[in-house]
Amino acid sequence: MDLKTKALTKSIWVFHISAGSCNNCDIEILDCLTPRFDLERFGIQLVGSVRHADALLITGAMNRKSVPRLKKLYEQAPKPCFVIAVGQCALSMHMFRDSYNTVGPLDKILPVDLYIPGCPPKPEAIIDGLVKLVAAVRGK
Amino acid sequence: MGIAEIVRERLNGKIISWQMSNPRRYYLTVKKEDIVTVARVLFEDLSLRFCIASGVDTPEGIEILYHFTDDKSGIIFSVRTIIEDKNQPDIDSLVTVFSAAEWIEREMWEMLGINFRGHPNLKRLLLAEDWPEGEYPLRKKK
Amino acid sequence: MSHKVVVPIGPYHPLQEEPEFFQLYVEGEKVVDIDIIIGYNHRGIEKIAEAKHYDQVAYLVERICGICSSSHPYAYVLAVEDLLGGELAVVPERALYIRTIIDELQRIHSHLLWLGLAGHFIGYNTVWMWAWKYREPVLDCFEIISGNRNNYAMFKIGGVRRDIRDEDIPVLNKAMDEIEPALKMFRGAIMDDPVIQMRLKGIGVLTKKQAIDWCVVGPTARASGVNIDIRRDEPYGALALGTISWNVILEQEGDIFAKTVLRILEMEECVGIIRQCLKKLPKGEIDFNVKDIPPGEGIGRVEAPRGECFHYIRSDGTSRPVRHKIRAPSFMNVASNKVACIGGTISDAAITLAAVDPCYCCTERLAVIERPSGKRIMNGWDLIKLSQEKTQRIKEKIGHA
Repeated sequence: MDLKTKALTKSIWVFHISAGSCNNCDIEILDCLTPRFDLERFGIQLVGSVRHADALLITGAMNRKSVPRLKKLYEQAPKPCFVIAVGQCALSMHMFRDSYNTVGPLDKILPVDLYIPGCPPKPEAIIDGLVKLVAAVRGK
Repeated sequence: MGIAEIVRERLNGKIISWQMSNPRRYYLTVKKEDIVTVARVLFEDLSLRFCIASGVDTPEGIEILYHFTDDKSGIIFSVRTIIEDKNQPDIDSLVTVFSAAEWIEREMWEMLGINFRGHPNLKRLLLAEDWPEGEYPLRKKK
Repeated sequence: MSHKVVVPIGPYHPLQEEPEFFQLYVEGEKVVDIDIIIGYNHRGIEKIAEAKHYDQVAYLVERICGICSSSHPYAYVLAVEDLLGGELAVVPERALYIRTIIDELQRIHSHLLWLGLAGHFIGYNTVWMWAWKYREPVLDCFEIISGNRNNYAMFKIGGVRRDIRDEDIPVLNKAMDEIEPALKMFRGAIMDDPVIQMRLKGIGVLTKKQAIDWCVVGPTARASGVNIDIRRDEPYGALALGTISWNVILEQEGDIFAKTVLRILEMEECVGIIRQCLKKLPKGEIDFNVKDIPPGEGIGRVEAPRGECFHYIRSDGTSRPVRHKIRAPSFMNVASNKVACIGGTISDAAITLAAVDPCYCCTERLAVIERPSGKRIMNGWDLIKLSQEKTQRIKEKIGHA
């Protein structure tokens, strides 16, 4: 079924990739699964394989070693697939923009559909962003 | 005798300069040829712990500071050695003294271009395979 | 010899295909060699620091690792303060207590995070949910004090950036009241569980001799009988004033059970330290407004949740450092996995690698390579699944399924 239908059936599967992050955004994403925030009540699930992903949650300042891996994972994800940049590093590389080992930001590497700013974005912000995405797909 | 006096006495002929920055920080300069002997005295004989090594590109040469600590007193002894030849800097590896030297020597090699003689596995640690050869990120730009 | 190919299911550790971080070479079930490949998080921070002002560097180093988010700025400011004459000479007393409160709160949150992930790796997902649930009051404490759950921006050269208000102290104490019984529960649940004992005792052993040879630090060292803790060996913060009583936790076996028990007991000590600091918090300034950094060298270190975090600074009197060397504790600990994993089985590999408490996103990239064929037969998710299956077998064997 296509993505729009899937969203209508309330089940978006997201896959998380870290491309050179400090882990704060990654921990806050995992925090969304914990009882206080409980991401799954919005029909959003984290999956273990990129081949099942409807959306990619990407964090990190686009480290040179990670970028080829990131591109390969994007190719493997079934299309259509949303690309979501989580955290300031993915949005703009933040203070790592002058580093010799970062290439980016994310939207120079992949087409980005949703930006969630913050360092790190709080779980409420991540959920808010994902919910907005689902609403947009459903055409509200 | 406190540990600082013991260190000074045991390394007597090898210390070029000795400086106490504060009661817990000592900086001693040795010749690069003596580094393995000095490391053995500190690590094996005096049971100091190796914290890390830091390399710096200075006008006088590539300087390496090996930081050892005496956990009983909290004192850090930083052993300084200068490699004057910046074109082909090299020094003996400390891997035969302790295994913990393996990673940091790889890092100093790729960041500053120092060759560690006798290192079993001198290959890239942090930089990507396609990073250009001969480009050392921590060297100062002229 | 047949090898199970496991279809990855479940959300929590996304499998990556290549390149690998830990490459385990196996003959049959046994791990015979391991290659550790890092560099996926290398952002060139030491080089960036040379281009920043001293106060900007504190902001920069906070983002080295999100979990030890206050250890790096603390070690950095200690390095600069070492250059200036030492923390006690440069930092007001109230700030010392606040620094210790932040440092210990961070230890609790980090150890709980590890406990949750370790629980998940061996198949106890309830442990994961409960450990992370009890992280939330700790993160609330951070938010009350600093305004943010992570990246608290509390440290500056000469003091701290924000104060703790008097009206917040009972709230912080209440959070400790909430966490303390939970830690007791974890202690009982884990130390007395025969399945966990069978699963983790004698696994992934790092002997004392190996721990010294690899110069490991933190819980990884203390679990192997190496008695080092920067908070006691070179005290800092309120612990340097001699007004706080606490204990260093030491275990001898060097296995994963020892590492687990040690972290739980350490968290209980943290609660004690925080309560004492809140009680003894003196009135006064929180910042001495340091302006110029003279030429010189300084070294600062703190006991981060993973071990000794070491920063070295060289100044030439200008407003930017000449050299900033950063050594995170995991740099020493992860390298020691080479000896801890070899000789073990692949079912134990995932939990052994996780036991030194590396950064979360480092452990997600694992691969198992079969010798002599050189074929890659398993990935990270498979290893975690194997680990969980081993626990299940133990449960069935002793009738706990």
